[in-house]
Amino acid sequence: MAVLEILTYPDERLKLTSDPVERFDQRLLSFIRDMEDTMRAGPGSVGIAASQVGRNIRVVIVDVSGKPDIKNHGKLTLVNPEIIQWDGLAVGREGCLSVPDYTGNVIRAEKIVVKAQDETGGQCEYEMEGFEARAAQHEIDHLDGLLFLDRLVSRRNDLFRRKVYKRSKHVNPGESNQEG
Amino acid sequence: MLTLVGEDRPGIVAGVTQALFDGGCNLGETSMMRLGGVFTIMMMTQHDGTTQSLKNIVQPVAKRLCLRFHVDNIEGRLHDHVEPEVRISVFGADRAGIVAQATGALADAGFNILHLESDVAGSEDKPIYIMQIEGVAQKGVEAVRKALETVAKEGIETSIEPIDTLIG
Ligand SMILES: [Zn+2]
Repeated sequence: MAVLEILTYPDERLKLTSDPVERFDQRLLSFIRDMEDTMRAGPGSVGIAASQVGRNIRVVIVDVSGKPDIKNHGKLTLVNPEIIQWDGLAVGREGCLSVPDYTGNVIRAEKIVVKAQDETGGQCEYEMEGFEARAAQHEIDHLDGLLFLDRLVSRRNDLFRRKVYKRSKHVNPGESNQEG
Repeated sequence: MLTLVGEDRPGIVAGVTQALFDGGCNLGETSMMRLGGVFTIMMMTQHDGTTQSLKNIVQPVAKRLCLRFHVDNIEGRLHDHVEPEVRISVFGADRAGIVAQATGALADAGFNILHLESDVAGSEDKPIYIMQIEGVAQKGVEAVRKALETVAKEGIETSIEPIDTLIG
């Protein structure tokens, strides 16, 4: 068991785009174990990205199974993940191991389909929704050097936004503010 | 706590914060927004002098921008955030007493408000009142839900949803 050091903003390394994993070997497996230990050691964290511990490779872990009453796939290790479908938008509150002592509202897709490889290189695909979809989007953002701080929305317009967003599809989160 | 209000115009935030910076002050949590035609500022301001010396720093810029201001000496702390657990929306045709009625019921149900924003929307002849509240349900969410049901009977619509903060 090894708990790695978590980089915190404004560490520049959090802004790097991570590289795809090409070699699925013992070193990768052991690094993924350390990532999981680090995630579990954090306060109530439901995910972690490799870039948060200073390794710029496209690996995230998502595990929302500890939350009661929500749909989930258990613990997922996603290597080279790619979101291939988006549907719906929702506002939710997020915080981050790399941004201590702050939470804010972020718009994410309600449902997504993620294509990824598992830790041994096998292809997999998951349909996710709600909290799990949010967690996956948060972590995959880390691989592209994005923090939830890059996507904050104000509380003030939530009510209207939520109504508008339900009607509009395929809008990039954070870029839309059209009237319904 | 430094509070400033005045007719909205461009440059208020820049002018005030520059004066504070030049005066050696440090800012913490702040809230700044336009309410009606008035711009309002509340700022946790760290200043090593007296209340009077802070007033002396603010006075010239407040005068130039036609702002009234007020200083309260407080022992505020940073990194003292309380996470809201519940988000409540209350809305209905605008009439006197909505806020008092809703927040009174919430207070009785042990709900501690951390953040409240309200607005009047709709048209001039059919105004609607919209309030969004975030806070902590000290006696549980069920108690809050029940309290809101009694409010809802009186022509106000309410919704309540837990805030499930994702840490990742
Ligand atoms: Zn994060």
